[in-house]
Amino acid sequence: MANYNWPEMKTRAVMGKRYTRQDGLEKSTGRAKYNSDLNKPGMLQSAFLTSPYAHAKIRSIDTSAAEKLAGVTAVRVIVAAGAEVNYQSQEIALVAATSEQIARDAVRLIKVDFEVLPHVVKEDDLSKVGNRAKPAGEQVTGDPDKAMKEADVVSEGMYGIPVLTHCCLEPHGQVSEWKGDGVNLWPSTQNVTGIGPDLAKNLEVPATQVKVHMDYIGGGFGSKFASDRWGVEGTKLSKASGGRPVKVFLDRATELNIAGNRPSAFAKIKIAAKKDGTITAWDSVSWATGGMTGGGMPPIPYAFTNIPNRRLNHTAVQTNGGPLRAWRAPNHPQASFLTCAALEDLASKLGMDPLELFAKNVQYAPEARRETYLHQLKKAAELSDWSKRWHRRGDSGAGPIKRGMGIGLCTWGGAGHASTCKATIHPDGSVEVELGSQDLGTGTRTIVGQVAAETLGLPLEAVKVKLGDNSYPPSNASGGSTTVGGVSSSTRIATADALDKLFAKVAPSLNSTADKLEAVGGKIQVKGDASKSIQWAAACKKLGVESASATGSNDPRNPKGLNTQGVAGVQIADVSVDVETGVVKMNKMVAVQDCGLVVNPRLAESQVLGACIMSVCGALMEERVMDNATGRVLNPEMEFYKLAGIGDIGDIVVHMDIREENDKRGIIGLGEPPTIGGIAAIANAVANAIGVRVPSVPLTPDRVLAALEERRSA
Amino acid sequence: MSKHDEHDDRNKKPSRPTSGFSRRGFIRSAGVTSGALGGAVLVEEEAQAAQSGGGVGPGAVPITLNINGRDQKLSVEPRVTLLDACRNQLDLTGAKRVCDRATCGACTMIVNGKVVYSCTVLAIDAQGKRIQTIEGIAVNGKPHAVSQAFVAHDGQQCGYCTPGFVMASKGFLDRNPNPTEDQVLNGLGGNLCRCGTYMGVRKAVLEAAKAMRGGKNG
Repeated sequence: MANYNWPEMKTRAVMGKRYTRQDGLEKSTGRAKYNSDLNKPGMLQSAFLTSPYAHAKIRSIDTSAAEKLAGVTAVRVIVAAGAEVNYQSQEIALVAATSEQIARDAVRLIKVDFEVLPHVVKEDDLSKVGNRAKPAGEQVTGDPDKAMKEADVVSEGMYGIPVLTHCCLEPHGQVSEWKGDGVNLWPSTQNVTGIGPDLAKNLEVPATQVKVHMDYIGGGFGSKFASDRWGVEGTKLSKASGGRPVKVFLDRATELNIAGNRPSAFAKIKIAAKKDGTITAWDSVSWATGGMTGGGMPPIPYAFTNIPNRRLNHTAVQTNGGPLRAWRAPNHPQASFLTCAALEDLASKLGMDPLELFAKNVQYAPEARRETYLHQLKKAAELSDWSKRWHRRGDSGAGPIKRGMGIGLCTWGGAGHASTCKATIHPDGSVEVELGSQDLGTGTRTIVGQVAAETLGLPLEAVKVKLGDNSYPPSNASGGSTTVGGVSSSTRIATADALDKLFAKVAPSLNSTADKLEAVGGKIQVKGDASKSIQWAAACKKLGVESASATGSNDPRNPKGLNTQGVAGVQIADVSVDVETGVVKMNKMVAVQDCGLVVNPRLAESQVLGACIMSVCGALMEERVMDNATGRVLNPEMEFYKLAGIGDIGDIVVHMDIREENDKRGIIGLGEPPTIGGIAAIANAVANAIGVRVPSVPLTPDRVLAALEERRSA
Repeated sequence: MSKHDEHDDRNKKPSRPTSGFSRRGFIRSAGVTSGALGGAVLVEEEAQAAQSGGGVGPGAVPITLNINGRDQKLSVEPRVTLLDACRNQLDLTGAKRVCDRATCGACTMIVNGKVVYSCTVLAIDAQGKRIQTIEGIAVNGKPHAVSQAFVAHDGQQCGYCTPGFVMASKGFLDRNPNPTEDQVLNGLGGNLCRCGTYMGVRKAVLEAAKAMRGGKNG
């Protein structure tokens, strides 16, 4: 049986190297075809009629004029008369037409009689949400009341982090084509294998009859797993239009309003501690929303999970807003912000350096993370010049520009998901690996190629990686940082097994046996005897007419040491705040990231850099702004749903903790963890700079100035 | 009509259909006074406003667009943007429709040497101009230096903003062949990326500048 273990770190020829992404030139020359780019023969365009109200009953709907408009091929009513819509932009009808303009004209011809119903769209003040508050109960550990009474110091604070939206640059949607007994689907999805069965279930066609293909996806971040209403209704429109392909991609406003968001989190937090900074109790009252399902409690206290005496109260708040979806590290950035902000406030009250306070309380982190956090806090402090630049809160000198520093932590799982790979070595020496997976821009295509090339002793360009089609062996959806571990492990196993078959064909010519051969440097040779070797191409000719092919799977219950889970990370932010304008400027961000075996350090660093930039957006700019009076989203476009630009991010320093000891853990996913701690770090840095906590992010100038004003008037 | 007027283009009937609208005119009528829009675009649009005669449409009208050095004949409704005409009719899909409101730059093209948001230019108003898209910037069949630099410095992840960023970078470097890093940050402030690739983009643009100054594919 083949040896699946990863080769020793120092002997790797392809894995661990900084290859550029293999599809990079396709993207940067504009040749890469995303499914939103498709122009199929006879393809129809579409437009949605969506709800202008946050909550309404549809008394009647009349689509007859729309149906008669020249160029319209079909109209689908999604919410029928008598039913309710529960948030603005909820889909009511979908029109297919020969052009998008005609489809939009048709939407304007649909007559709907709405009965407007009361709505709740804001949750920041829990006292104002009435019966939309759904208490989730109380959890008590130890005796928090006693610990609070006996504490040397009790620090209290109120913190809030709003609903964000994914704002994937490629909107959600697909081209779909009804084929009589099945469907051709070209979606924008994180779930090439799973989206077919999901659509099939909704259409009542056999799952095997949905053919899915996607080469590229323009962002997902956790929001693109399902076939969605647009998938189902778009396909039904294709059926109703005689099987012509129908393109449905959301416009930006609809995308921002309904295609997923990260739930909010608000909390009043009380922490008790000894004089030396040791935390003795935690008491939190939290609430959150992510639409009509409310919002769950973020995992608080975060990282310091074993604080001995704890009381947690949480309330889910149902609001008339678009539904929540997974958002890169679900609930972790919220939890990290709430916890790290409360700890920073405690440190300030004690007059302690937060670095010291965080380190002191690492004793409450899960045992496996403690040493890592201590190591990382030290490293991050070093890279951010903490000892020189940190000062006591507010002690930032005269003048209007105040500089400050803050810390945030992360932790995540990241074990490999279920994945199957088919590897084929052809008689002409070419190699193909096929997986029903997807490259979200994380570099999956490149990484799979590196694993296969390493296993076969070939250069990277000798391997053709085929992803993005559900005719390939199944892989799970790309979510939760599970892809790299899953696909690397299945690729390793499949290529090693295919190579074993080639060894068996080649062995006689080397007067050896398959188990004694190895593939190194473009040759197959007897282990330890390079004089007995055969070039790769010549070896493959010995296959005759039959390719050597094998499938291999990553079984998450038994990953064979190839992948594992559990990482920690520390981020430190360095900011300057103009206390006259309230504008926060990023100077620098340092991310020290724990990792396992890193297949491609360049791409791994890009993940961390991107995560830090997302944190800058979340800390300083991003927020879905709701209007109580109308129930509408006030910023459903990219001018006022703000993302950071290239000049807004300061300098970013990434330190990947790549070393032999970590490498031996196997591969661990990296997409989520670095997105977690940055918002906390930036918010803490601002508090450190200006001398007062700005309770809620994003730290927009108005919020910064309000916090300063409140301190002045207090 | 005086002789002088006969030589004044503004009094001639336009030889090709135009929208009859200009951004400046629209902004005036909408009462918008903010100076948030790019100055270079406005100056050009203003000149164009002076030229425009009556409107056309609402039905489709035949137009000719000069794209990447080739004249392309197509039929569009006057309300169709340059971006949508390229994407839906000419299968030039490198430029992406993301914000559709001149914010994010994913639709960036170069028109008469200037960087524009093609989501906010009507196709019929782009007639008679030299339109360059990402599909047309390769040099002697080889990828443009900017495209190459984006790969070398990993200035892209999902890649959906990338063609727009590459075009904005090319347009910027054509005018600023030897930029400082600060100039890059200012010059490319009109493009947004969601994955967070700006650190790579910074390096890529500075590297591409060097390559272009050295006469390599730029």
